[in-house]
Amino acid sequence: MNAAAAVLDARGLLCPLPVIRTQDRVRGLASGSTLEVLATDPGALHDIGAWCRVHGHEYLDDRTCAAQHPGDDADAVPHFHIRLRVSD
Amino acid sequence: MTEQIKAVALISGGLDSMLAARVVMDQGVHVEGLNFFTGFCVEGHTHAIRDRKRATPKRNNALWVAEQLGIKLHIVDVIDEYKDVVLNPKHGYGTHLNPCLDCKIFMVRKALAWAFMEEHGFDFIITGEVMGQRPKSQRKQTMPLIARESGAEDRLLRPLCAHHLPETLPERNGWVDRAALFGFHGRNRKPQLALARRLGFTEWAQPAGGCCFLTNADYASKLADLWQVRGRRDYDLDDVMLLKVGRHLRPDPRFKLILGREDGENRYLQGYRRRFTALRPLSHEGPVGLVDGEADGAGLELSARILARYSQGRDAPTVSVSIEHPDGTGRVLAVTPLPPHQVQDAWRI
Repeated sequence: MNAAAAVLDARGLLCPLPVIRTQDRVRGLASGSTLEVLATDPGALHDIGAWCRVHGHEYLDDRTCAAQHPGDDADAVPHFHIRLRVSD
Repeated sequence: MTEQIKAVALISGGLDSMLAARVVMDQGVHVEGLNFFTGFCVEGHTHAIRDRKRATPKRNNALWVAEQLGIKLHIVDVIDEYKDVVLNPKHGYGTHLNPCLDCKIFMVRKALAWAFMEEHGFDFIITGEVMGQRPKSQRKQTMPLIARESGAEDRLLRPLCAHHLPETLPERNGWVDRAALFGFHGRNRKPQLALARRLGFTEWAQPAGGCCFLTNADYASKLADLWQVRGRRDYDLDDVMLLKVGRHLRPDPRFKLILGREDGENRYLQGYRRRFTALRPLSHEGPVGLVDGEADGAGLELSARILARYSQGRDAPTVSVSIEHPDGTGRVLAVTPLPPHQVQDAWRI
């Protein structure tokens, strides 16, 4: 069983900042732990995938959440949930 | 047992740094890449802002290069530290607001600090510089200066033009064979292209106009305007980002109007409506506008008329425009679109 996933909210950031924040967050996580990244920039899907490949982390999956409602908060725009597993 | 020699390569995402790293890897050195995000990078952000319907694939070229090379890439956020380079370049600017020489010194210095951190323990630094290729930073006189002022001294190896430079530590210690390095010179890219083919690369990024917005005349002019109007030379990341986006018009010294040019920019500007007074047409399709500065009633009406001119209602007798302030208050104005000839050239920044 995996421990509960750590979550990084990178919504509103444009690439490469989501991947930079992911990299900084992963540095503090133990091998085998899971990180879930929330992002609004679709470029993050590609960049975090590539970053995982070059560092040997496992890109588990991603899913897209449609905008929940019109308004000003982060849920007002479509966003992505990206899950990765940290490796040594 | 022989100790594994390790080098850090500055990876921009372009061809030269890719080749430089590969040439050293081929000599048995363990190489990892380092990429600095200054905020002015053409990579990433811009691609994300502009219309997502475009066919061009979005990728981070530095990460792509790392994948091609099979090396780790560490991306470092230097937005805050980089300010001093942009605002106070010891060696001055290039044609626009590009502090290329100070930038290179800064990056090599940062790479050096990163490389020699105890947990990293690297032995030397690699860049893809080619002597004579860039008018400001990559010249015969400036290359030793970069090595000296960055503090890297002889731990800085430029594999593509090493034959034009004094022997460095990795060459002297036999970590790399100088004879297997190169003597590329000047702006002719043929030697790099030939080397790329010889090494089996079939694809590489060719950023038009370089990888930094500060070398762009339009961008530099908007940044200079920002400093002049504020009466101080400073910026934050939002400033840097907003200067990349939209049409910037200053119809009054007290404020400027930023207008989205397509859907991607409109969406992006919309995200700033809790920081700036935001305008958008209600009766017609059209751009999102942000008012940066102090606009009174007449100023807002003029802004609405300008925005209407860039909307689908430009030929309509009136366009209804919503004006929303950061605190959520606002109103709707019915305005006559400004005739195109009244949008003065002097307003365009």
